[in-house]
Formats: sequence, C-alpha cells, structure tokens
Amino acid sequence: MPQRDSVVGTLLTATVLCVVCSLVVSVAAVGLKDKQEQNKTLDRQKNILDAAGLAVGEFGKPSSELSKDQIDDLYKRVSEQLVDLETGKVVTDMNVADYDPREAAEKKDSSIEITNPEFDPGVKRREKIAKIYLVGKQGEEPTLENYQQIVLPVYGKGLWSTLYGYLALKQDLKTIQGLTFYEHAETPGLGGEVDNPAWKSQWEDKSLYDADGNPAALVYKGSAPSDNPYAVDGLSGATITSRGVTNLLRYWAGDNGYGPFLKALKNDTNTSSQTAGI
Amino acid sequence: MADSKSKSVLFDPLVSNNPIALQILGICSALAVTTKMETSIVMAIAVIAVTAFSNLAVSAIRNYIPSSIRIIAQMTVIASLVIVVDQILKAYFFDISKQLSVFVGLIITNCIVMGRAEGFAMKNKPGLSFLDGVGNGLGYGMVLLFVAFFRELLGSGTLMGYVILPLDRNGGWYAPNNLMLLPPSAFFLIGLLIWLIRAIKPEQIEEA
Repeated sequence: MPQRDSVVGTLLTATVLCVVCSLVVSVAAVGLKDKQEQNKTLDRQKNILDAAGLAVGEFGKPSSELSKDQIDDLYKRVSEQLVDLETGKVVTDMNVADYDPREAAEKKDSSIEITNPEFDPGVKRREKIAKIYLVGKQGEEPTLENYQQIVLPVYGKGLWSTLYGYLALKQDLKTIQGLTFYEHAETPGLGGEVDNPAWKSQWEDKSLYDADGNPAALVYKGSAPSDNPYAVDGLSGATITSRGVTNLLRYWAGDNGYGPFLKALKNDTNTSSQTAGI
Repeated sequence: MADSKSKSVLFDPLVSNNPIALQILGICSALAVTTKMETSIVMAIAVIAVTAFSNLAVSAIRNYIPSSIRIIAQMTVIASLVIVVDQILKAYFFDISKQLSVFVGLIITNCIVMGRAEGFAMKNKPGLSFLDGVGNGLGYGMVLLFVAFFRELLGSGTLMGYVILPLDRNGGWYAPNNLMLLPPSAFFLIGLLIWLIRAIKPEQIEEA
C-alpha cells in the first residue's frame, strides 16, 4: 500500500473512488430506468385524458386519482398520430411510439425557427412534425374519420418557465374541450394556478377561433365577461403567465401551428361525410 | 459514556446546534421547497438519507482519503448519493419528484451535507458519523416543516393538501396571503424561528 499522501496513493484513491461511485450511479440509473419511463408515460397519458375530460367523464374524478389499470383502459380510446405542421398532412412513414417531439424541437434539422410570429409563444424553435392524439368513442379505435375529440400538445413561455400542456378540441375542431399543463415552474398560488381545476374548467365550450377562423381564445385581464365566447378569467397576480397562455394558444391554433392540419382535417371530414350522405 | 455521546450527536442538531437556525447553513433549499408540507417532508427525508450515508461513507474511508483531494473526494461521494436518491424518487415518487425538480439535485450543494462530511465524518468513526448525519438531517427537516406549516396554511389554506381554511376563490372565506407562496416569506419565518430559539436559549446569541 503506497503512502496515503504520495502521488501514487492520491491517484489510486481517486481512481478507486471514482470507479466505485460511477458503478453505484450506473446501477441505480439503469436499474430504475424502466420504472421511470413507465411513470413518464403514465403521467403523459393522465394529462391527455384530463385535457379530453375522459377521466371525469367516465369515473367522475381526475385521472390522478385513478389506478394504472383504469388509465390503461381509458387510454385505449386514444390513438397517436404524427402530423407535418407545415403541410398539415399526417405522416405515416415514421414510428409514432419512438418519436419524441420535444427532442425534435431541440435539433436543428427537425425543427424550425419561430421568427416574428403574430402571437409570440416565447420559445425560439418548434418541431416540424408534431405528435397529436385522436380520442374515440368507448370501445372504438379512433381514426381520422371517426374521432370524437382531438388533443394537441401546446407549449410556450410564461413568467419563469415554458408551460407544456395539452389542448383538447371537440369534434367540430374549433370548440375547446379542455386545457391542461403538465409541466411548468410558475409561481405557486399565482401563475401556478393554471393547474387549478376551477380555472381549467372554464375552458370547456370556449371557442378557439372567431367567425373568420382567426385564433381568438384568450385569458382575459380580470374577470371575463360572460357574453365573451373566447375568454376565461385572468389569473390574479399573474399577468405575464396569463398573457403567455393566450399567446401560446393562439400561436398553436394559428397558421404556424396546427392551423393547416385542422383545416385539412375539417375538409376531409366534410367530404367524407358528404360522400357518406350520398 | 458512549451512549450519551451518540445521543448528543443525534439530538443536539435538533435545537441546540441546529444547522439552519444556529449555523445558518442550507438556507437556499429551505426557501425553495417549503411552499407545501408534502414536498418538504420528502425533501427532508432525502437530505437525511444523503447526509447520513455520505457521513457513513466518508467516515469509512477517512483514513484513505489523501488530504490534498479530500474535498473533491467528499464531493464525489455526496454527488453519487444525491443522484441515486434522485433516481429513486423519479421511479417511486414521480409526482413529488416533479415538484421538487432541480432541488433534489441541488442537495449536492447543500452546505449542511458538505459541512458535516468535512467537519465531523473526517474525524469520527462511521457509526457515530452516521448518527450525526441523521441528526443534522432531522434538524434541517424540522426547520423545513416549521416553515412549510405556516407557508402552506397561510398561503394555500391547506395542510398536507387537506383544506383547513377554505379559499375565497373556491367559494370559502379565507383570502390567502400570496407573500407566503413566494420565497422571501421563508426568510421571515426562519428569522422568527431563530428569534424564538434564541429567546429560549440565550447562549446561542453571538457577541455583537
């Protein structure tokens, strides 16, 4: 054994310590990875179900109070699709399960820069291909023809953080079913009230677009007038978070977001239902 | 003799030598995670685990650590433990780990952990060091819970998520104090706590 404070002793101790520590860390990281991935998936599914109002609709309580089996069961009514945001077309030649839009938004070749938007979501880039969710009837595999609702991931800057959430639209593709945020770091009690169920419930039946098809949904400053079909109450003490929510909703609803896709889908549905009518 | 020593090692940090109240260490995370009791409890348990096991590990190898790299060696042990704790939280307490976000990782920079490793574990046997780690973690946790109790009750009207004071925005009568939800309120509460402790134990007052 070399002397403790000699160069050899120092190097030896440092090496052994590093090897042991990295082993411990790797074992923990690798061993728990599956469980963590499951948690993440489950969390995402819960939020999609909440945005679409399925958990409350079927079981009368939010998805956080449901068991994993119940979530799995409900989630059978959801199908994931990839959409090219620019053309508005569904992408079929990619693996839906493996595609991570948030990863894609960070890479140069799979994202575009957001420049001079009409409504500024506050983020620099967005992915070219988005992952959207179709919600069908009980016991039915949802398709682009028979969906009941459509859930779109949206995100944008609040005061402190980027808010990530899901916007659920009803079958007419312009009435909001629900809006939830699954990740943000806004001030608890102020901007953090975007999580408040009472506030979130106001979004139901609000109109995302005005009569001309322009994005119009907004978080009002103060109490929203009851005759305004686009507005929900502002979050008190959280002007910037409120403005951020308005901007991100309008950005994603607009031509740079899901606008082309929703228009294309609406035309398809109209033609197919006409054909069916004939 | 040995028993009374381990007892004092374990219990002294609770009040008479509290790491936050007397040594004013680990303040940053005490401000950040104390808006709710639930997150504070998990944070406290995480810190107790890290302090205890890092003390144990550092003490076990204290005779092999060369003095020239002792700080970085302690840091390596602490950082590894924190990552392990973070991974476990992500796997089994996903919702809470989401709320604690970066603050679990920041236990690495919590001065209490480092301070106990350097100040106690380097000079004492593993068993005693372990107890010292638990004691200091508990002392930290107690302050966290004290602060979180008032912040959650006055800021959100709830305790452990159960409604105690129904909020006006949900149809109740209590208008919450929004300051309690912001980090500075923890400063006031910790200040009041230190005042209280020093009023009871005047020997903690430093010479001006």
